[in-house]
Amino acid sequence: MNIIEVKNLVKKFGDFTAVNDISFDVKKGEIFAFLGPNGAGKSTTIKILTTLLHPTSGKIILNGYNPVSEPNEVRRSFGIVFQDPSLDDELTAWENMEFHGVLYDVPKKLRRERIDYLLNFVDLLDRKDSLVKEFSGGMKRRLEIARGLLHHPKIIFLDEPTLGLDPQTRNHMWNYLKELNKNEGTTIFFTTHYMEEAEKIAQRISVIDHGKIIASGTAVELKEKAGANTLEEAFLKLTGNSIREESTGVEDRMRMHRKAWTGRK
Amino acid sequence: MTTIYILWLRQLKRYVRSRSRMIGSLAQPLLFLVALGFGFGPVFQKAGQGNYMNFLVPGIIGMSIIFSAVFSGMEIIWDRQFGFLKETLVAPVSRFNIMLGRTLGGATMSLMQGLIVFFISMFFGFRPENWYLFPILLLLMLLVALLFTALGTMITCLLEDMQGFQLIVNFLIMPLFFLSGAIFPLTGLPKIMSVISSLDPLAYGIDSFRVILTGSTQFGLHIDVLVLSVVTVIFLSLGSYFFSKIQV
Repeated sequence: MNIIEVKNLVKKFGDFTAVNDISFDVKKGEIFAFLGPNGAGKSTTIKILTTLLHPTSGKIILNGYNPVSEPNEVRRSFGIVFQDPSLDDELTAWENMEFHGVLYDVPKKLRRERIDYLLNFVDLLDRKDSLVKEFSGGMKRRLEIARGLLHHPKIIFLDEPTLGLDPQTRNHMWNYLKELNKNEGTTIFFTTHYMEEAEKIAQRISVIDHGKIIASGTAVELKEKAGANTLEEAFLKLTGNSIREESTGVEDRMRMHRKAWTGRK
Repeated sequence: MTTIYILWLRQLKRYVRSRSRMIGSLAQPLLFLVALGFGFGPVFQKAGQGNYMNFLVPGIIGMSIIFSAVFSGMEIIWDRQFGFLKETLVAPVSRFNIMLGRTLGGATMSLMQGLIVFFISMFFGFRPENWYLFPILLLLMLLVALLFTALGTMITCLLEDMQGFQLIVNFLIMPLFFLSGAIFPLTGLPKIMSVISSLDPLAYGIDSFRVILTGSTQFGLHIDVLVLSVVTVIFLSLGSYFFSKIQV
């Protein structure tokens, strides 16, 4: 059974096509990796799946609901760890967790237990009453992850969750997620630039480049398809060696934001 | 309900923690009280209008409320910039409740800001006419604060970027303040100006404060409350409509 179905999804920002007619499915209880170079369209796709952006065209079903017409049902189905920071700097670590727990309606007793457990898990329990603005980049990242795991949704989206994390924390996090996947059947949808991570963790992988899905399958299948020994090699063969930039300058980004914001085409 | 509460609490915690902002936003009303209050006092008296400080204080309370309310409504820009907005937008709660919680939080802050100005004005010799009407004053202040926080939210949802911020201050808040009758009486104005003033919601807010604090009125309290309530409802509805359309 598919928990995510994407058919002919297109997202344009003005003349720029970020996602160009992609289709893919994610099965219930699957660990799915979405790979691609910078600016390939990964984050845009995740934003559309998580109701933050409206698609230009295409059909999406997430946990049986349509993100455009049934955003609240869709939002109840997933949790997400964003690529960019999304914490409130003026609140403490604990308050950020509590805020999240209340928004996601985690019962108080369970919430308090999990907050302590997860803060300890990412090694921030002794800093729980410090304001987030005093945290280093790595600490903020860890807190974001702990927050994303606070409620147990059907689907967890992780957009480059391990960026800037040390191997210990990374290992820790994946073990926790695998447990969650095994015990609660949580579907995990993640993006990463660490190919060995995708190879080790993901049951199925899709590779996206220039807004198009160019390959899908298990790590073994992708390696076979590209005639490569490692996933990293396969990835480079599939997507080429040139270095990508995310969207160009700040101004371009602002313009894109503005369009997304005001809904202007 | 809990959504509204937690968003309200967040705004409040941020407010209490940023003391510099709190003090900074008091500088302007204080300056107006001192410079205008003592500067124009004698002229006002000579013109037979009575004590200028008594006239000015409700206006300056209104001023501190409109500034802090519109700014707190506009805090969405910062949340957007720093990413926190996404956290609230993907949560399984209605955007209307998010908007309401934020607006209530911003309004509570502005109410406190207005109260601080009120108590400061007592050092300048200001005394309300009837202390027992004080609870009604609080309600009116909250209503005005709600109105302008909702306005701030509404504008922010439409605003293209940070640059628009200064524009709003110069072309919206300043005119709203100066034309509201905060610093001069609205009686005997040129026709065009009194028409403009009668379109300014802040004029009704400040007028309602004056009724309670000094007993004088321009429009009458029931008109004030009616206009303030209707405009608040309109701004809240428009604000939550625009907010529900936000994409990140």
